[in-house]
Amino acid sequence: MTCLHLLLTLVFAVSLGTPVEIQRPRGVPLTKKQFYEESKPFTCLDGSRTIPFDRVNDDYCDCKDGSDEPGTAACPNGSFHCTNAGYRPMFIPSSRINDGICDCCDTTDEYNSGAKCENTCKELGRKEREVLQKMAEITKEGFLLKQQLIEEAKKGQQEKQSKVTDMQENKKQLDEKVEALRTVKETAEQPEKEAKERHLKAWEEQKAAIRLEKDKAKMAETFLELDDNADGFVSVSELQSHAELDPDADGTLTEIEAQGLMGGAEQVDTSTFESVWPKIKDKYHSESQAEEPAPVETPPDEVKEPVVDNDSEPYPEDDISEEEDEDDEDEDDYHEDDDKAQPTIKTPEKTHEDEEAMPPYDADTQALIDAAQKARDDFEEAEKALREMDDQIRNIEKELSFDFGPDAEFTYLYSQCYELTTSEYIYRLCPFNRVSQKPKYGGSETNLGTWGSWSGPENNKYLLMKYEQGTGCWQGPNRSTTVKLTCGKETVVTSTSEPSRCEYLMEFTTPAVCQEPANIDPSPHDHVEL
Amino acid sequence: CDMSEVLRQRELKPGQSPYRALLDTLELSNSRLSLQLINDNNKVRLLLELYRLQGNMTRVKINELKPLKPRYEVPDVLLSHPITEALSVVAQDENSLVVSLGGKDQRLILSAQPFRLDIVEGSQVLMSLNSRGLLAFEHLRTRKDTISHKISSTVGSMWDSLKKDDDKPGMWEETFKSHTDSKPNGPTSISLDFSLPGVEHVYGIPEHADTLKLKNTDGSDPYRLYNLDVFQYELHNPMALYGAVPVLISHSTDRTMGIFWLNAAETWVDISSNTTMFGKILDFVQVSSEAPQTDVRWMSESGIIDVFIMLGPKPADVFTQYASLTGTQSFPPLSALAYHQCRWNYNDQEDVKTVDQGFDEHDIPYDFIWLDIEHADGKRYFTWDPSKFPQPKEMLQGLMDKRRKLVAIVDPHIKVDSGYKIHNEIRSKNFYVKNKDGGDYEGWCWPGNAGYPDFTNPEMRTWWASQFAYDQYEGSMENQYIWNDMNEPSVFNGPEVTMHKDALHGVWEHRDVHNLYGLYVQKATADGLIQRSEGVQRPFVLTRAFFAGSQRYGAVWTGDNAAEWGHLKISIPMCLSLGLVGISFCGADVGGFFKHPSAELLVRWYQAGAYQPFFRAHAHIDTPRREPWLFGPENTALIREAIRQRYALLPYWYQLFYNAHRTGQPVMRPLWVEYPDDFATFSIEDEYLIGKDLLVHPVTDEGATGVTAYLPGKGEVWYDVHTFQKHDGDQSLYIPVTMSSIPVFQRGGSIICRKDRVRRSSSCMENDPYTLYVALGSQGSAEGELYIDDFHTFSFEEAKQFVHRRLSFSANTLSSRNLAPDSQFSTASWIEKIVIFGGSQPSSATLKSADGTESALEFEFDSTLAVLTLRKPGVNAAADWTIVLR
Repeated sequence: MTCLHLLLTLVFAVSLGTPVEIQRPRGVPLTKKQFYEESKPFTCLDGSRTIPFDRVNDDYCDCKDGSDEPGTAACPNGSFHCTNAGYRPMFIPSSRINDGICDCCDTTDEYNSGAKCENTCKELGRKEREVLQKMAEITKEGFLLKQQLIEEAKKGQQEKQSKVTDMQENKKQLDEKVEALRTVKETAEQPEKEAKERHLKAWEEQKAAIRLEKDKAKMAETFLELDDNADGFVSVSELQSHAELDPDADGTLTEIEAQGLMGGAEQVDTSTFESVWPKIKDKYHSESQAEEPAPVETPPDEVKEPVVDNDSEPYPEDDISEEEDEDDEDEDDYHEDDDKAQPTIKTPEKTHEDEEAMPPYDADTQALIDAAQKARDDFEEAEKALREMDDQIRNIEKELSFDFGPDAEFTYLYSQCYELTTSEYIYRLCPFNRVSQKPKYGGSETNLGTWGSWSGPENNKYLLMKYEQGTGCWQGPNRSTTVKLTCGKETVVTSTSEPSRCEYLMEFTTPAVCQEPANIDPSPHDHVEL
Repeated sequence: CDMSEVLRQRELKPGQSPYRALLDTLELSNSRLSLQLINDNNKVRLLLELYRLQGNMTRVKINELKPLKPRYEVPDVLLSHPITEALSVVAQDENSLVVSLGGKDQRLILSAQPFRLDIVEGSQVLMSLNSRGLLAFEHLRTRKDTISHKISSTVGSMWDSLKKDDDKPGMWEETFKSHTDSKPNGPTSISLDFSLPGVEHVYGIPEHADTLKLKNTDGSDPYRLYNLDVFQYELHNPMALYGAVPVLISHSTDRTMGIFWLNAAETWVDISSNTTMFGKILDFVQVSSEAPQTDVRWMSESGIIDVFIMLGPKPADVFTQYASLTGTQSFPPLSALAYHQCRWNYNDQEDVKTVDQGFDEHDIPYDFIWLDIEHADGKRYFTWDPSKFPQPKEMLQGLMDKRRKLVAIVDPHIKVDSGYKIHNEIRSKNFYVKNKDGGDYEGWCWPGNAGYPDFTNPEMRTWWASQFAYDQYEGSMENQYIWNDMNEPSVFNGPEVTMHKDALHGVWEHRDVHNLYGLYVQKATADGLIQRSEGVQRPFVLTRAFFAGSQRYGAVWTGDNAAEWGHLKISIPMCLSLGLVGISFCGADVGGFFKHPSAELLVRWYQAGAYQPFFRAHAHIDTPRREPWLFGPENTALIREAIRQRYALLPYWYQLFYNAHRTGQPVMRPLWVEYPDDFATFSIEDEYLIGKDLLVHPVTDEGATGVTAYLPGKGEVWYDVHTFQKHDGDQSLYIPVTMSSIPVFQRGGSIICRKDRVRRSSSCMENDPYTLYVALGSQGSAEGELYIDDFHTFSFEEAKQFVHRRLSFSANTLSSRNLAPDSQFSTASWIEKIVIFGGSQPSSATLKSADGTESALEFEFDSTLAVLTLRKPGVNAAADWTIVLR
């Protein structure tokens, strides 16, 4: 039988080097000492009943609230107070009394379990003070840095704000300038167009005259060629020697057919040949180049091939994306390469026109063109400047729209990136933008989430950042990352982990979350011990 | 091609059996009767052996009289050679033989033509074999297109008759998907039918995700027993799952019986309900023509027919009979009965530490944290990932300091890697399973290309066990235990995700031993844990694949379930079915393995799991984290409460497992086991008993606001353990439920010992005092047991170091009496409180100690609920004492 009549214990509180005895039942904190008076019956702290004092800590639970057994494990809902002199006092659940595990650094929770506990309070206290001190220093310095950050951010913000204002003003002017230049351009383009048309028309006419001239020469040449006996007439028989002129394409040019071509005449002279020439000129093979092979039907091929390719391409692509996700991207790359490569290889050769190139514009026309071109260039330049300015304004406005914290202290993180290299990966955090992961030894980058929102607890949402909708996981959700911010002098990613599949956790220190140090006591050594 | 070669047999329809018993070949020794059977179609002879076994069992063995080569007979499953009893022929004529089975006028009638067996008691037929003529035995033969056929065809005239058995496609080679089974022995399947007159309810033959009461399989697939790694299994389906126990239990108000079909090959079981069609064959047996009847047909792909018929008559008798054949549940260390926290995977040592601290921060008890496959270095079991678990001993020590433990997974597929010691040793010792061509069998599993140790080889098992020694398994410590997964065996690129049937285990084909492989893996592992402690510590090994006899080696879980209400619901019949066939230590993954449970489902699953034998939460690697505190403070509190209820009841669970270990009685029981005459209980599977004294009705429906519980027992009473409210038995009762708990009732007439001081692990509670919950029956009396030992060694068995006491209350006197006077154990635990339900207010309560001293006890009486609480008797839990109420 194990009845523990350990009602009262002497608790030594070491304070300022003088031991002071404070008598109270085991497990009772000083603040509740007055409820446990040995001379009186004990009333449960919830007032539910009153019991003789010798039932306090008698290892049987009498009070529903567990208050009669502060020093035993009898009550399921009780708690035990350890003084932990030298360190921090604490409450532990009653179930941890005498369970063989040392919970209180002053060993008072294991008074009857046989567990060998060592008093580690002093050591813990020392370590804690060190940590606290370090923390305090960090917080202090961090907080100072934070003030700078705030100042810079405010300055930056103001600058940006006024820049936007300036730019918007400038933009108005630019707008006007663009409009003015547009008018100038349009005004200059009208005479240019007319002059160009004139020039072109003249050139067309000239070309027609040249073509006529050439045709005539060819006709004369042909006549001479056909007129084998050089009698100044082309006869039916002479024409028949050119089988290619066969109108019904049966391979022979009969006498009747030849006569038909010659308008029923037996022979024609040079002037009558003028009426025959149009009927034969397209088919006629000059005798001097008769053996030259006829051009093959290559152009259709050249045109057809890319068309076929374009048509058939979507099908294989679809198949691939359905079956193999992994290879998809690679395959796509190949296709793209093909597309790019084909035109350069297979561009049909430009058909050479026999005609000479258009003669240069005359000076007047050229002057008009130059004037119009200048107006165009001026206009485009102005328009480009306007677009750029629009972009700049939008970017600044976007930046200004981010929630960079109550004092804009997170502004400095914008458009920065921070990396952490682990044994396998390089993690990259670009605050307010995205988080990514890249294998250290080659491989493509994985998006672990793009900026979502601040998602810390209600009292300080700026302690956590949430990045969402990263690359999807196989059979799982899209990757996401929570970034936990802690106070530090430097801005660094200190660790990453994947506590749950595809849900990443990143620890990140920044001065921006350092709180103002509660600067009351310059020497933290004393109040810890109380 | 059909899914299974065996199913060809299903084409055989009931009718006249071609088999005839040759009565003139009868041989009878003291305990063995044998005679030959002949198949009149092909003249092949079989040898029938009959044994009468101690404890009201009959063994029927049928093999080929002269097989071309030996057929596989399952070793290592029976505890030893079953003890036989004398048989005698009491009557014989030209067509029948009557053998006395002793006992209550039990006889076995053997009819010669057609061959059939009937077991009768008095004038009642209990069971008939081959009464539907479905005995089939594909004898070994030589392939006709080979030269050897021509040689052996000279053996005798039986070959002439073989011509009838034309070779059919699939007989000598089968293809399933892209896998080819070379089937060097040709068709070898066997089949036999059993008729159970008067029976409408049959149970058992796990593992299936199906109802407790087996369904009629007419018009559907038979129940299949073939250990398979099934991905996302379907519910209410007779398909094979991870384990197989070929034991069927029949029950009627008259009698409970069992059929144990000892065969480790792929097996199918057909069940059909009929009405009895006896009569003319057995003139002297009276059978009501109206009687219902269940017909059962077993088919196996190879091996022999070796059947144990367990004749009951009561459920407890069948459990005892089966336990005498295959052994009882191993007695786990107490902590294994507590709560287990598992996940695929706890990522690294830091993660383990954080989760461990999380339990303390949220004041939730747990005993075991588990590490899945990612803990090992590249899935090389027996190793640790050097970057994630660089200091395993440091981690284990950290857990030990909290009196907690760890389980690491060790699967039976071994990475083929010449830099891996385990692989090199197995290869050099020639311990791998071989492929049909004699090379090491290789398949794909978690590590990639892997070999499979031949666990059927005892030398291999001895070597395997030695690998768990602390100096072999680097980084292991005594608080590390083992989990065997994938031991069906799972082969990702094998037929049906398992091993090719023509792979070779020594001279035997995988086909012959398949369902036994997982048992051997767990056996060898458990042996290893025993040996590493020099036989002192009880092992704890969890397995996914199992067979008859696996109960001797540890715990079983229902595999890769899903976070769905249906899966929570089915966990009850699945574990009940296992309990009926010896495997008491069963549980389902709390929360569901695949998918993400809602908070409500998770809470309900914890509440249910807290009242199932093996209580472990587990989750797939792709699911979000789900430690108990991740679902908000309210749900954390609900889960904490569920787990605390488990811990408070650990003394009861422990005593039940001791009882299961000693006697073979299941821990988790269908109601009909304790109320065998109450027809209303026969199909109940949404509630169950733990032992015989606690009735649990888990809530398994989303948004449930109440459940209807059936409280059995005419004239009995039940007490709601949460409200202390008393209810009469023999009624269906609607019980409103909130999220805070599930209905649990204590049987009037029982005494349950609890430890109400729940601490952070069961080890921390070892010396804590007990509270006795005395629930008075309608006669004002109650009984219970208390079992205590050191909770983790074999001393209870080897040195009789335990306390086993009978607690009884009658005539206003509660006493504790020693049930094992020759045992010895001293415990620090004492009796802190006694709560009596259903009593009246006494004027005094006097405690009489063993030394004769008397002292008055204080008490409180709650008159509205009639609950009497005796304050602090303070007696040691191992002492004799009496309390008298006046």
